[in-house]
Amino acid sequence: MSVDILMPALSPTMEEGTLSKWLKKEGDRIESGDVIAEIETDKATMEVEAVDEGTLARILIPEGTEGVKVNAVIALLAEEGEDTSDVSACEPAANGSAIEAEAPSPPPAPEPAPATMGHNSANLIDPDLPEGTSFTDTAIRDALRDAMAEEMRRDDKVLILGEEVAEYQGAYKVTRELLQEFGAERVIDTPITEHGFAGVGVGLAFGGLKPIVEFMTFNFAMQAIDQIINSAAKTLYMSGGQMGCPIVFRGPNGAAARVGAQHSQDYAPWYGHVPGLKVIAPYDAADAKGLLKAAIRDPNPVVFLEHELLYGESHPVPDLDDYVLPIGKAKIRREGRHVTLTAHSRMVGFALKAAEILAGDGIEAEVIDLRTIRPLDTQTIVESVKKTNRIVTCEEAWRFMGVGAEICATVVNEAFDYLDAPPTRVTQKDVPLPYAGNLEALSLPGTEDIVAAARTVCEGM
Amino acid sequence: MPKATKITKGPLKGATQDDIHEFYRMMLLIRRFEERAGQLYGMGHIAGFCHLYIGQEAVVTGMQAAITDGDQVITGYRDHGHMLACGMDPKGVMAELTGREGGYSRGKGGSMHMFSKEKNFYGGHGIVGAQVPIGTGLAMSNRYKGSDRVCLTYFGDGATNQGQVYEAFNMASLWKLPVVYVIENNMYAMGTSVERASAETELYKRGISFEIEGEEVDGMDVMAVKKAGEKAVKHARSGKGPYILEMKTYRYRGHSMSDPAKYRKREEVDDIRSHRDPIEGLKHQMIDAEIATEDELKALDKEIKAIVKDAADFALESPEPDPAELWTDVLREAEAV
Repeated sequence: MSVDILMPALSPTMEEGTLSKWLKKEGDRIESGDVIAEIETDKATMEVEAVDEGTLARILIPEGTEGVKVNAVIALLAEEGEDTSDVSACEPAANGSAIEAEAPSPPPAPEPAPATMGHNSANLIDPDLPEGTSFTDTAIRDALRDAMAEEMRRDDKVLILGEEVAEYQGAYKVTRELLQEFGAERVIDTPITEHGFAGVGVGLAFGGLKPIVEFMTFNFAMQAIDQIINSAAKTLYMSGGQMGCPIVFRGPNGAAARVGAQHSQDYAPWYGHVPGLKVIAPYDAADAKGLLKAAIRDPNPVVFLEHELLYGESHPVPDLDDYVLPIGKAKIRREGRHVTLTAHSRMVGFALKAAEILAGDGIEAEVIDLRTIRPLDTQTIVESVKKTNRIVTCEEAWRFMGVGAEICATVVNEAFDYLDAPPTRVTQKDVPLPYAGNLEALSLPGTEDIVAAARTVCEGM
Repeated sequence: MPKATKITKGPLKGATQDDIHEFYRMMLLIRRFEERAGQLYGMGHIAGFCHLYIGQEAVVTGMQAAITDGDQVITGYRDHGHMLACGMDPKGVMAELTGREGGYSRGKGGSMHMFSKEKNFYGGHGIVGAQVPIGTGLAMSNRYKGSDRVCLTYFGDGATNQGQVYEAFNMASLWKLPVVYVIENNMYAMGTSVERASAETELYKRGISFEIEGEEVDGMDVMAVKKAGEKAVKHARSGKGPYILEMKTYRYRGHSMSDPAKYRKREEVDDIRSHRDPIEGLKHQMIDAEIATEDELKALDKEIKAIVKDAADFALESPEPDPAELWTDVLREAEAV
């Protein structure tokens, strides 16, 4: 049996090319790997290497022929022991028409039911607190620490690495005393090498462990964002479900006080954009604890966004052995019927203060603490808007392409007929965060901005 | 016929006849597999990026012979040879190249993104250099678990100019992690030669400022690779930390299928092909040592061709993934909390 030599494609988009030169002639012996011809397109010239061995029996397309279709038979190869004179071919059609590539008609895409972006959270319920549960006022940094310590006691696969997490006890003291309890094998000081240790963390997770990677701030995680997105978030999908990456990337996010543009940014929309990640941004101490425990147990990569300016704030945390909250469930922190305020992290505090002020005007604001950015609890938001008919989204990030943009689009899509005013966003001003105290205050969103926005959407109410 | 007897003299000294036959078989399998992949690409059955390993076969074959079961392997995007050397099924690899359900990633990864936990192959990574910290982390997980496993972390000459490689070197040496860094120096990072890209062209020296020992190896000689590999793996396994092997090798094909390789002369390729080819070289050594005959090797070639043909047939017959696969494997189900 002779072997067909076909016109190859230089790229998936190439449809035809010029057979510029034959480097072998009929009767020549060919080994696999030999260059037999040159072809060219308007972009490139390429050598055609033989795959099979044998004798070049027939050249069907003479050199210099233009417009040779990809996959057209350009020559015939006689295999060992075959008489080249026996090799005959159907004469190729003029200009060597190829087998027309069948254009497969794409099947209709199945209805998406991914619970990875916005989703129905009806089946997610915060755990019931037993009758008589006591509470302890706990600073957020300690609640986070307790969460890690509890999970490290529970599962010896959990370890933490990052800059200053061990001997220094954490740049913000979030890892205080973990080294003393768990030792240097599980609480690991890294050099200042974010890209490197984020990748090492991914390797630990691929190796079957459950690493917590602390970034001193998420601003520094930009050095490592390739590992977070390309390696941690995408590998489960790219491996057809084989290679999961159970890892938590955590640290302070958002604006601190007077540290300037490079140390003050809210990355919630950045990570919230990425399928394969879960993104959490808690406000109070109980949520910080319950959600960090959930994040550590989760089999997926979780980006856990804390806030430097909240670390020292204390809230009551239930005195339970194992307080774990569901990821993907927003919390209605204040009920109201006139306007919905959504917020995450530090902005929740401002939204609650704003609601207080608005109440003085007779505006009852409903405050939704998003808690999880991805998957976003769109159900809770949409249900609220159906009741209030107005929404103001609040975030520390920039407006353009922000979390608020996503929420507003969802509300317009799913509750259009209920809206009595345009969805409105309160965000940081669209500038890098300035250093000067007055300019910084002008740039960052706060209670007054929320009050003003809420009043505007409630005008004529 | 192959035997378990050790060869006592000549260039194959120290290996058994079985070993040598296996090296030859594996290198030939990789070569024929890649030639077929190139052909399927030319026919439009494989799309996107497809980086062939032709010419570099001795590197993975020799290194694989230097490790034992349970040691891990991770590499960049020129990964087909590594997967075959790890013992992954050629059918599953080829079907991933054609984007079919029967592929290792069920068609969702492609040439650069395949994994097999069973065979300890950790990818297949498309971002130049990203596998280096990940491989270092895998090595760290071995130590954490109290296992004596070693991670072979492969990367190319191009990746040696990425910053994260040195971040990983530093941590690996600082913490004495069981990782062997295998630099496959095929002389060109896409179209840029090592001389045009690297201030220090002797890449095995790149670990010096991290106190990592390194050596240069003839990556076209499977026996030399195996010997150097064994030394490096022993070093890493014994707790002495990382080791760097710079494999001097060569790829015969372009960087990827769409690369016409105009940055080098045909004569350079031909010269290496005719004088340093790892498969031809071993073949001559085997015949000289009288552990194989031309006829036996021809029969083996036929056998390999049949394996590759089966892989190609499977890869073309396997259906495209079910449309419902679009939405699977984005996230793993969480355990109930």
